[in-house]
Amino acid sequence: MKIHEYQAKELFRKFDVKVPEGGVAFTPAEARQTAEKLPGFPVVVKAQIHAGGRGKGGGVKLAQSLDEVESLAGEILGMTLVTHQTGPEGRLVRKLLIEQGLDIAKELYLSILPDRATAQNVIMASEAGGMDIEAVAEETPEKIIKVYINPLAGIQPYHVREVAFGLNIPPAAMKGFGQLLHNLYRLFSAYDCSLLEINPLVLTADDQVLALDAKVDVDSNALYRHKDIQAYRDTDEEDPLEVEASQYNLNYIHLGGKGNVGNMVNGAGLAMATMDIIKQAGAEPANFLDVGGGANAEMVENGFRILLSDANVKGILINIFGGILRCDVLAQGVVEAAKKVGLEVPVVVRMEGTNVEEGRRILAESGLTLTTAVDLKDAARKVADIVK
Amino acid sequence: MSIFVDKHTKLLVQGITGREGQFHTRQCVDYGTQVVAGVTPGKGGQKMDDVPVFNTVNEAVRKTGANCGMIFVPPPFAADAIMEAADGGIDLIVAITEGIPVMDMMRVKNFLKNKPCRLIGPNCPGIITPGEAKIGIMPGPIHKPGGPIGVVSRSGTLTYEVVHQLSAQNIGQTTCIGIGGDPVNGTNFIDCLEAFQNDPATEGIVMVGEIGGSAEEEACAFIKANVTKPVVGFIAGLTAPPGRRMGHAGAIISGNSGTADAKLAAMRSVGVHVCESLGALGELCADVFK
Repeated sequence: MKIHEYQAKELFRKFDVKVPEGGVAFTPAEARQTAEKLPGFPVVVKAQIHAGGRGKGGGVKLAQSLDEVESLAGEILGMTLVTHQTGPEGRLVRKLLIEQGLDIAKELYLSILPDRATAQNVIMASEAGGMDIEAVAEETPEKIIKVYINPLAGIQPYHVREVAFGLNIPPAAMKGFGQLLHNLYRLFSAYDCSLLEINPLVLTADDQVLALDAKVDVDSNALYRHKDIQAYRDTDEEDPLEVEASQYNLNYIHLGGKGNVGNMVNGAGLAMATMDIIKQAGAEPANFLDVGGGANAEMVENGFRILLSDANVKGILINIFGGILRCDVLAQGVVEAAKKVGLEVPVVVRMEGTNVEEGRRILAESGLTLTTAVDLKDAARKVADIVK
Repeated sequence: MSIFVDKHTKLLVQGITGREGQFHTRQCVDYGTQVVAGVTPGKGGQKMDDVPVFNTVNEAVRKTGANCGMIFVPPPFAADAIMEAADGGIDLIVAITEGIPVMDMMRVKNFLKNKPCRLIGPNCPGIITPGEAKIGIMPGPIHKPGGPIGVVSRSGTLTYEVVHQLSAQNIGQTTCIGIGGDPVNGTNFIDCLEAFQNDPATEGIVMVGEIGGSAEEEACAFIKANVTKPVVGFIAGLTAPPGRRMGHAGAIISGNSGTADAKLAAMRSVGVHVCESLGALGELCADVFK
């Protein structure tokens, strides 16, 4: 789960990680009030959206007076910010972070993330701060320091030294940096982060070390033990159809774009493969929807409703491999859902596995105009023909 | 022959009295798996059907000789259950549970490093040696006993689809393993490829991957150096958008890494027979494994 920069900085403060003074604002007037409490100018006005690249997109501005804070806040609030991470449709800015400007001596990059291949946490750091770190990794990988930490032992002083000396931290800032890194790792571990990234981490002219930016993603599977993070969820930043699907515990991803074939599948791998085969047949998948191995009639019905809410969907493909979930149960669910929700677009059904004959009979006798397919290839071809 | 499980496997089910645990235990028993024990803390002394239930893995192993564990424990308690199985003397641990926090699995993985046991999963359908033992939630009847093909996959229903297409072509399976869709798991592709390569009854391998991570690329390097049997490969997620988790916690393209195209290219470069479209997998296997 993604959280906003201002929320991540709240977590940083809790763990004694230094951040610039500031606060969140939802209106230009609030922005002014927040700026009044800051020690001086410049003041930074930062758009708060769940995407990076905000500076380049025009979502981060410097103000030299309270009037300027207010007018910049008015400009940025309500703008549709387009960055390399938002896609061309951009993201509406609804809130701002108003922060003290700093006298920056040096910008660094620092992140912590779980490394799936080694099952260790890895600290990545670079003196090339404030830049696109993926570009740095690609062009000059030697500029990135990687330090691996065994999650059972946790961070040790030598890990901190390796990072600090690697970054050429000046002696006067060494202690502050060490504490910061140690505290960041504690936060990372305590909150089940899947990413903690600071770009840039700054050294000030008076040898302070502060997190100028803060990006924290939390493992969705661990949210059950972090109620405070659950409260940080901002559904304004999510696709409305995905928000609705999440209320029904459906695993749905809206692909948007040219997608014209809605699809409903049991199992994540089969769902991805179904999207792929739709594309190979010459149509465009509109979504990913995994109703799960234990789907029931109600979940199928809700899934149907979500697929039909996507105005671009011109045809639907249901692909179910009945295992534990029997085909007859599923067919019943499809029929009930179709009757309740209404079949506004043509539906192709492909079923295989346990009790498939009974399932096909139920569909055939339902009186619904469903197209049945004998196998996956056939199904993809039929649905592609429909949307052509 | 087979890998990791056979008719001698003695199964213990952790979380046997829960809804899922009960249902799937019965399915395994019906398939012919020797289910010798169940564990549910606080329910020791009871029975689930004919299966004796114990409070701890340690006691269950001592009293029944169980050597394989299947875990249905809910995510918050699953890491504990896996470590209990490892310390209780279980040789093969199959963790079905979906939704275990990554941090928990990282600790488990490091904990297991020097233990003489193997973990399959988590977030997996389990492992089956058709006709001998089913340790998992896959539908038994789609499998065809007798080999000669081994199947290894990161997915559940996608594996059933693959197995179904194999069986429809009259191609049997030695063992089918789902290694799970989580970013940090136990047994990986390489472990299974090595075991299939060393299993005399296995004549060919089907490997089913998906987007996210680099396990398929690493497996391809291993295939190049060590696998002489023919391998058919499939990757799901060509159309998956970057930065989104596609159902499985591990199925995510991060930056430029973990794409289906990169994995397919790795497969092609080491001579794996790549299946371009899932609908044609059975036919391709019939062709490659004839």
